[in-house]
Amino acid sequence: MSIKGKAYIAGAYEHPLRKAPDKTVAQLHYEVAMGALADAGLSKSDVDGYFCAGDAPGLGAFSMAEYMGLKLRHVDSTDTGGSAYLVHVSHAAQAIAAGKCNVALITLAGRPRSEGSSGLVPRNFGPAPDAPFELPFGSVTVNRYGVSAMRHMYQYGTTSEQLAWVKVAASQHAQHNPNAMLRDVVTVEDVLSSPMISDPLHRLDCCVVSDGGGALVVVSPEVMRSLNRPRIKLLGAGEAPKHLNGGKMDLTLSAAAWSGPTAFAEAGVKPADIKYVSIYDSFTITVVIQIEDLGFCEKGQGGRFVADGNLISGVGKLPFNTDGGGLCNNHPADRGGMTKVIEAVRQLRGEAHPAVQVKNCNLALAQGTGGSLGTRHCSATLIMERE
Amino acid sequence: MSLAYKDRKIAAPSISPDTKAFWDGCAAGKLLLKQCEKCQELHYYPRPSCPFCGHGETKWIESKGTGTIYTYSVTRRVEVPYCFAFVTLDEGVTMMTNIADCDLDSVRIGQRVRVVFKPTDGGPPVPMFTPA
Ligand SMILES: [Zn+2]
Repeated sequence: MSIKGKAYIAGAYEHPLRKAPDKTVAQLHYEVAMGALADAGLSKSDVDGYFCAGDAPGLGAFSMAEYMGLKLRHVDSTDTGGSAYLVHVSHAAQAIAAGKCNVALITLAGRPRSEGSSGLVPRNFGPAPDAPFELPFGSVTVNRYGVSAMRHMYQYGTTSEQLAWVKVAASQHAQHNPNAMLRDVVTVEDVLSSPMISDPLHRLDCCVVSDGGGALVVVSPEVMRSLNRPRIKLLGAGEAPKHLNGGKMDLTLSAAAWSGPTAFAEAGVKPADIKYVSIYDSFTITVVIQIEDLGFCEKGQGGRFVADGNLISGVGKLPFNTDGGGLCNNHPADRGGMTKVIEAVRQLRGEAHPAVQVKNCNLALAQGTGGSLGTRHCSATLIMERE
Repeated sequence: MSLAYKDRKIAAPSISPDTKAFWDGCAAGKLLLKQCEKCQELHYYPRPSCPFCGHGETKWIESKGTGTIYTYSVTRRVEVPYCFAFVTLDEGVTMMTNIADCDLDSVRIGQRVRVVFKPTDGGPPVPMFTPA
């Protein structure tokens, strides 16, 4: 069974706040849920499936279902870190295709900015078997991506200037987004002269830390036909984890090398057909590696591919993250997958900012990586079409 | 540029019955690896089961403690900068570690290194590496 054509994204909403010290995480989940349902033209009582991940307070999906007063016949609290919301879209399509629900609500929210989150502080995910062999060595988010970037540079000749182009492109887009956290256009020189956080990643190679959230509503074809919204059809999806493989690994590779081909095969399209991409941008290197692994260029050529504005809408061959992405706009709850899907939906609907809207944008890809390139992560790929 | 290595406070690793021999080895100045009793593959971090073939019995072997730097990242914007790294041991497995006792700005991928053991706060020492 395939999900191709079995489900549509009917509603998408990004919380406008980037700092929310006076709201609870549950309240933010509620606000984005109502935003996405209103966007779709649906109401809370239409929801019969609910999806959330580790950012949702309480046990699995129950606490939020109670808080919002949802009456459900399908729940899914799969957590793959920042890519979870792309996984949820795929799982929602599977559940809809199997007749388990008709209107699936997916929410994400958090307040890492108000709570002082940092990519330089170790996060202990409990008694994981790997923890005693990693925590003593100061394994933190930014150096777990730094080691992938260093190896990529060594193996393929990728440069800091090339990585900087990813941030430059994001900033060119963010200048048009009134809600973006960082709206100033930056240059390659700006990125290279920002402080070195963990080699070779400068401050401007890193994404923002923001409060807020987002939500999506995925519906059956029958429900979609009853709504007065552009029809964003799911064509293909892939998900795959990658880990240190008992000490025999390649840290220049992401699991997009596996989730991407799965999604393209299901959708029946090729990388060259894609008009717009949302690519998870926790760091600049994350974008370079995923673009290679998805097949938009040869492995190792990602640095050269992203240089000279090739990711800038209206300028380059592969317009990406036209909301400003995690690097400039928003990275709510330290989880960037939700906003990747939301901007892809805006592009397919023709509702992106006119300055960054891709012409005739009928086919888009959203790519998420949850976890760390340098240790373990889960990649998720979605391919969507405007019908 | 140069950036001298400095010891930093390291929290003691938590020890379980199936990894106690590894930490006892560190205390005795030995780096131990696990080898599958069936497929003979080495793996790291040590497990009582083989992550390659799935066999449920593995045995401890002693590493020579030498290898090359696979990749690294000097983490700078913290109280005591340190060199986070992965080292590929001559036995063929790659492990997360730190590079110590050297100018951190001189660290390079491909550099030959040997194991050194660094104290933790109330626990066994942990294996780091220094230029050979
Ligand atoms: Zn085995």
